[in-house]
Amino acid sequence: MPKVTIDGQSIEVPDGTTILQAARMIGGENVPPAMCYHSKLKTSGGYCRTCIVKVSKGSDKDPRPMPKLVPSCRTTVMDGMEVQNNTSPEVLEARRGVVEFLLINHPLDCPVCDQAGECHLQDLGYENGAANTRYDFKRRKFKQIDIGPYIKLHMTRCIMCFRCVKVADQITDNRVHGMLNRGDASEISTYIENVISNDFSGNVIDVCPVGALTDRTFRFKSRVWFTKPMDAHRNCTKCSGKVTLWEKGEEVLRVTTRKDKWGESEEWICNECRFEKKHINDWVVEGPRHIDPHSVISLNHYENVAAKLKLDIAKQQKQLASKK
Amino acid sequence: MGKKILLEHINVPGINTLEVYRQKGGYASVEKALKTMAPDAIVEEVKKSGLRGRGGAGFPTGMKWSFLAKPEGVERYLVVNADESEPGTFKDRYLMERIPHILIEGMITASFALGAKTSCIYIRGEYFYVSRILEAAIAEAYAAGWLGKNILGTNFSHDIFVQVGAGAYICGEETALLESLEGKRGNPRIKPPFPAVAGLYGCPTVVNNVETIASVPYIVMNGGDEYAKIGIGRSTGTKLISASGHINKPGVYEIEMGITVEDFIYSDEYCGGIINGRKLKAVVAGGSSVPILPADLILKTEKGEARLMSYESLSDGGFASGTMLGSGGFMVYDETTSIVKNLYTFARFYHHESCGQCSPCREGTGWMEKILHRIVEGHGKPGDVDLLWDIQRKIEGNTICPLGDAAAWPVASAIRHFRKEFEEYINHPERIKDVKHYYSVHQLASV
Repeated sequence: MPKVTIDGQSIEVPDGTTILQAARMIGGENVPPAMCYHSKLKTSGGYCRTCIVKVSKGSDKDPRPMPKLVPSCRTTVMDGMEVQNNTSPEVLEARRGVVEFLLINHPLDCPVCDQAGECHLQDLGYENGAANTRYDFKRRKFKQIDIGPYIKLHMTRCIMCFRCVKVADQITDNRVHGMLNRGDASEISTYIENVISNDFSGNVIDVCPVGALTDRTFRFKSRVWFTKPMDAHRNCTKCSGKVTLWEKGEEVLRVTTRKDKWGESEEWICNECRFEKKHINDWVVEGPRHIDPHSVISLNHYENVAAKLKLDIAKQQKQLASKK
Repeated sequence: MGKKILLEHINVPGINTLEVYRQKGGYASVEKALKTMAPDAIVEEVKKSGLRGRGGAGFPTGMKWSFLAKPEGVERYLVVNADESEPGTFKDRYLMERIPHILIEGMITASFALGAKTSCIYIRGEYFYVSRILEAAIAEAYAAGWLGKNILGTNFSHDIFVQVGAGAYICGEETALLESLEGKRGNPRIKPPFPAVAGLYGCPTVVNNVETIASVPYIVMNGGDEYAKIGIGRSTGTKLISASGHINKPGVYEIEMGITVEDFIYSDEYCGGIINGRKLKAVVAGGSSVPILPADLILKTEKGEARLMSYESLSDGGFASGTMLGSGGFMVYDETTSIVKNLYTFARFYHHESCGQCSPCREGTGWMEKILHRIVEGHGKPGDVDLLWDIQRKIEGNTICPLGDAAAWPVASAIRHFRKEFEEYINHPERIKDVKHYYSVHQLASV
């Protein structure tokens, strides 16, 4: 098993593991951010360049450093490899550059965007972006398109991660959308605004890291952080039926796949579960969904509230103890 | 006169036909290779010759060939990259147009060495008429038995196909070319795996430039050592240079590597000096992607030695004071040229040709173009030059394919060597509009 060292922390990983996967196994602060990589989608990653890292030692066999920064999501580890992520100023600067590039044509319309709160670009910009923009030209704009009754495509927000294309390629039987045009005029679109009407098409919404593909049955109903995520399941003949319900009061506002710590879907769900079963009685509720506290989406969630309460109680007990 | 290998018979009437080409010794290398040599021996000769890829990167061809994976029962392919789209480069077109059989001969020999039953010429859409010439030549070769089943009675069979692209610059990048050849959108693949392991249709593939393959017959006929004697140091052999710009004799020249740049620009054998006797201002030595160099640095290296037309000498000094031989697109600018406007043209090109896959190139090339457009139009802002510098630095090396680098290097070098001119544009926009001050290329013609 090859051993890799990332920012001074070593781990042994199975053959074929990428640097990003190894970093996620270690966990903590040194995991490179990723926008276009998705653990459940083959050949994803390599496009957005946010996860670039520096390989300061190639391997035990060939200790030469790699000449350029490499995308950690597409670079497999070698035995003895040494990687610098947060410890390399070069990496951090290049990453800030990538974030700036991703944002120059982004509309920055978070206040009216449904993805706000669970947007990877928002998190990325928050962690690696600059406070000001140096881009003073007109931003690129596209028309909004309804692709089918359930999905809204707002290309202006797209960062070209190709995850929705890979979903269509890998889990549906017929892909009807793809990349049109070239360079900064390129867009994700369906052929002559075809309708994406596959049973699993709804998953493109979940893999979209930004607000380019949104759920038309949920648009403008609520900000995500006012809804409560609950794990639930039902017997479904098409998919696993394991979902997350996003509730407000007694109402189920939307149904999504269960997303892991990195915001990546665990199992795909069908459109029936996603769009048509919006009543609490359709589901067997398992309990609250754990949301990783790094994002604004976790605010207001009772797990965190409980954790905060615990801290508060501990603090007060301490204060009380010191008073005595 | 320097040694000519590729263009030796270029002026023979009818050299584009098989008959005349045969009379001049054509296809002898196929005969020699198939009948007397083992495939590995040919690879060995090419290694010895020191031949380097003529498409721009200059990677040793023999090495590339020896990297080719040879799993049992899997097809191997040779793909010839004729998607010559680098601004300022037109050598492959000339070669294919005038003497197509030299390429076909090289392809048969190279395919024999690599064990490829099928090879392919990927030619850019704008060269459609050239594809007709190639197809006619291939038909002639089939009729004469140089292609098809059991060539010359040996076990070796070979087919060549010509595929016309749609004219995208990015399809000159080898993996994008393969994608396009497979009938997909021409987006570069993420490497590894390299084409030598998984290329066309997932099979091991060698992608070579037209000029590289055309050099193979000479190496097979005369041996690698003989070829290595031509040229200088690790830059062996001859190189086709597409000379253009403000020179008296623009055109394609075959040079022996190692002649001085000064000789190349001023001697009557080659460019014949600067047009109208003006002074030399700058040179882009290897196609628009390579750094531009001012007159003093192109003629002499920083150490004061004469600069030679070779891979090593042109890149002497790194990017701080050197450039690259690249694909041999030699563009000469005289003293009336505006480097800023020239750079804007380049930036517009790269913006237009970016494929849009990865973020730095997709967004950065457009941003640079917009800033340069503003500067050229006289609306530049103080700080624009620093901003440009910063953008190019963040594109370079952070993209999937070399197009990002190709877009960044001209910007970096123009700012590095001609920063004052940029500042002039920004600080004195009124002077730019004065035609007497900055001649445009069009006005030059009427002078």
